[in-house]
This record gives sequence, structure tokens and C-alpha cells, in this order.
Amino acid sequence: MELKTKVNAENGKQELFITREFDLPLELLFRAYTEADIVAQWMGTQVVQLDNRSGGAYRFETTDPKGNKHYFGGSIHELVPGKRIVRTFEMLQTPFGPQLEFLEFEAIGTERSRLNMQVVYRSVAIRDQILQLPFIQGINMAHQRLESYFIQQ
Amino acid sequence: MELRRDVFQAIADPTRRAILTLVALQAMTPGAIAAQFDSSRQTISRHIQVLTECELLRQEQNGREIHYYINAVKFKEISDFIEPFRKLWDDRFNKLEAVMKKYKS
Repeated sequence: MELKTKVNAENGKQELFITREFDLPLELLFRAYTEADIVAQWMGTQVVQLDNRSGGAYRFETTDPKGNKHYFGGSIHELVPGKRIVRTFEMLQTPFGPQLEFLEFEAIGTERSRLNMQVVYRSVAIRDQILQLPFIQGINMAHQRLESYFIQQ
Repeated sequence: MELRRDVFQAIADPTRRAILTLVALQAMTPGAIAAQFDSSRQTISRHIQVLTECELLRQEQNGREIHYYINAVKFKEISDFIEPFRKLWDDRFNKLEAVMKKYKS
């Protein structure tokens, strides 16, 4: 099946772009990012904090099958309802550091909408590492080494 | 003469895949990699050597220590390495769409 999500990662750049069109009105797409109980449903995470305002912050927490907690979060730099979220995102127990995310929401007529994400990483090397993680984890699906690595951290 | 190692042969081995998974998160010394496995240090060194020979790992000398890194350039040669990343986001957004349809009045 054709994927609806496009990823554009030019060689040698420390950013990438993710674009997706949704079969949802703009208002619902934006709510998916700003209402804690909804975020929890599609992200599969516990939303500990979601302070939706320019200058706010958010924090998510997940528990893996072994009971280890993983934390994600960042600062919300700018939030314009129905239009834009500028925020940082960081996976807290990893060495990657924070990334800067620009999320632009737009309506396509009344029933559809589009999300454009620009993600900027600290370096080209870190972007490439993060881009490759799902590939490497994919070829290694059967293995628990990654989890045991986190336990020892 | 031994044939040049190929990438797919290298990643066919489960231990080598596990090594790649570890190093993908953080550059590591051979000792730190070996400490994650029950196999002998020699066995792990051998696996690291195979991964280095086929250029999936590259090494860098930092003072007395050697650190192993993922070789990003080589990974790009494996076709569609970006696809699992795209799939991850696509799955996530599919979920978002499915969840939000319940809120449609």
C-alpha cells in the first residue's frame, strides 16, 4: 500500500521534512496535538504535562514491556491555534539531544488538512543516525539488546 | 583469497545486527560492545571486524581508545534505508487519523 506520508531528507543537511495529508478537518488535526487525552491515544503514551501556549512545555512518559520508563518532552516555543506549533523534542535517555520542530497546519477545503513538519537536528550526523534508527531496529526486530541497553543506563 | 564481505551477509547474523543496534545509539569501544554479550570477547571482535570490513562500522582513534561508529554513507547504499523511518511516521499518522475520526460529529 502506498504510504501517505512523505519524508524529504536531503543529503548533507541537518534537517528533514515530513508531510502528510489527513482525511480530517483542520480543527480535528490540531486538536490531535493539543488535547492531552487524545495525544495519549494516538501516540500510545502517557501525557504527564501538556502546557499548550507559547513558552509552555510538555512531557510524555511510556513504559516498555519490561517496566522501564522512557521520557520524551520539550519546550513549546510558539503555539498559534489552528496554524502552527514550534517546539523542541527530546528523547531524554538517549545521546541525541533536542531537535527543533516546526509544525505547520493547513486546511485543504473543509474536510481535509495537511501537516508540514520541519525538524532541525544539532548536526548532520545526528540527523542521519535518527533517520537510520528504525531501519537498524527493523533488521534487528527479534532482539532485546536495545532494551537491555536501556536498563543498564 | 577470501571474497570481499557483502553487506547483506553481514547483517544476516543476529549478533552482528545486535551490535549495529547498540552502536547506532552511541559510538562505543570494542570492550563496551563485548560487555553487552555473553559470547567471548574474541567472538565479538570477529563480528566487529566483519562489520568494519564491509564498512557498516567505521572506527575512530580517540587517544588510546578506538570507538566504533555507524557508517552513515554505507547505510545509504542499502536501498530504501529511509523507508522504515517513513513507515514509522505513516503508522503514527494513520493512528492519529483513526482516533480523530471518532471525534467527527
